[in-house]
Amino acid sequence: MNNEQFNNRNVSENAYYLVDIEDYPTDGWGKFKRVLKRTFRGELFVGLWVVLREMIKFDIHTIQYPQEKMPIGPRYRAVHEMKRLWESGTERCIGCGLCEKICISDCIRMDTKIDENSRKEVSEYSINLGRCIFCGYCAEVCPELAITHGGRYENGSEQREHFVMYEDMLTPIDQLKAGNQLEFDGFGAITPHEDERVKKTPLAY
Amino acid sequence: MDTAYLIETIIKVVVVLLIFSALAGIGTYFERKVLAFMQRRLGPMNVGPYGLLQVAADGIKLFTKEDIIPTNVVARIFKIAPVITAATAFMAAAAIPFLPQFTLFGYTVHPIVADINIGILYILGIMGVGLYGPLLGGMASANKFSLLSAARGAAVFISYEVITGLSILAPIMMVGSLSLIDFNEYQAGGIGDWIIWSQPVAFILFWIAAFAETGRTPFHLIANDHEIIDGFGTEYSGMRWGLFFIGEYANMFFISFVIPLLFLGGYGDGSLLGALGLLAKMAFFFFFFLWTRAAWPDVRPDQLMWLCWKVLMPIAVINVVITGLVMMF
Repeated sequence: MNNEQFNNRNVSENAYYLVDIEDYPTDGWGKFKRVLKRTFRGELFVGLWVVLREMIKFDIHTIQYPQEKMPIGPRYRAVHEMKRLWESGTERCIGCGLCEKICISDCIRMDTKIDENSRKEVSEYSINLGRCIFCGYCAEVCPELAITHGGRYENGSEQREHFVMYEDMLTPIDQLKAGNQLEFDGFGAITPHEDERVKKTPLAY
Repeated sequence: MDTAYLIETIIKVVVVLLIFSALAGIGTYFERKVLAFMQRRLGPMNVGPYGLLQVAADGIKLFTKEDIIPTNVVARIFKIAPVITAATAFMAAAAIPFLPQFTLFGYTVHPIVADINIGILYILGIMGVGLYGPLLGGMASANKFSLLSAARGAAVFISYEVITGLSILAPIMMVGSLSLIDFNEYQAGGIGDWIIWSQPVAFILFWIAAFAETGRTPFHLIANDHEIIDGFGTEYSGMRWGLFFIGEYANMFFISFVIPLLFLGGYGDGSLLGALGLLAKMAFFFFFFLWTRAAWPDVRPDQLMWLCWKVLMPIAVINVVITGLVMMF
């Protein structure tokens, strides 16, 4: 059974059919016959056989969670990641503040300042993951692909403050140098072959 | 009564108590594993290899948990109720021959605490007394779900006592004794002598009633999780709840011993093979309790009563009458 079968919502074309339910007996003799029929039809043993068959087949579907994990899709929106520039290793975030503005649950907070090279620098950046609803707007709005959603979904700590650590979200510099920073192809990322799809802006009106 | 007999009996009592308390714990492990496998899960896996030490972890948890006596309960009755369940379950074991007699260091051991000549009557009676555990516990709990469970418990136990009693009457008429050892001797000749061949109806009735007596799944109404929480056990915590639990599982084990002893030849001629056979039969009936729990839905209370009084009891009476007629002519 594949998904197309379910995607077709036109009920009348499918193999749907009404289950044939016989009328309920009204008189005592009919009820008695029904009891006899149900008793000796052996449906209880069908049930027993089904569970025993599953036990013998031993087709276990359990995932032993901390040791084994389900693969999650690349577009999964879990804890944010802050990316670095490939060439220089500095943070990609330019402190434009768009993510702070668009955040509908007001959980992003950033402070910026002008550094010694007269460049805008992000001095404070925090995402309150206790409030974040993981809508993905911040990743979608980011012009530099600096903030993205990663696949790390395991939040556990004794204090809420631990959920907002910028350092945890930033790609570690040694990971970047090892070439391990994953370029985001998830929510808000540029879709593949985007260059071919871009059309010239019509200027002549 | 000489001292040797006294000492032997005390040792037997202690051994039965220890083995079946431990088995009750291991029974929960098996139940969880079997149910898990039947539902394509793994069950307990983390404590010890394959979760084997889960039993110990549960035991530690139960023993160290705070013993809460809620306000508004009738404290004395509330405290004694779980003890009644566990105690009656183990008392019933006194008349069950668990193994054939064997010789240990030149001393003949009868693995039955007391071979009384009313054995099966005693077992059924004591299991009937076990009703007071859920009944008193539920009524003393100051909780409407517990009260419902107590009422259901009383109805189910009393109704199905009738079925057990009547269904077993026909085999008793054939054997002419109430002792389980006499039952075993009657069927000692091999598979052809088993009472199940001459009394299949009584066997099935007794088996069905065993589910009601132990409160297992098709008739799991006394502590039905999805409508009355845990029934009489709702207000209990720690080891008091654990005693209810041990009582239930010990009852399952004992009834799994009684069914083969009554109908399936017990330990046969008393050889090692016969003893292993009894254990295998017991294991099957215990497994069947778990198996039905995975496969079958619960019935409604009114269906349970309907089944008891309108179906099983007439069949049991007819079975007794036919057995009597056959024996007479």
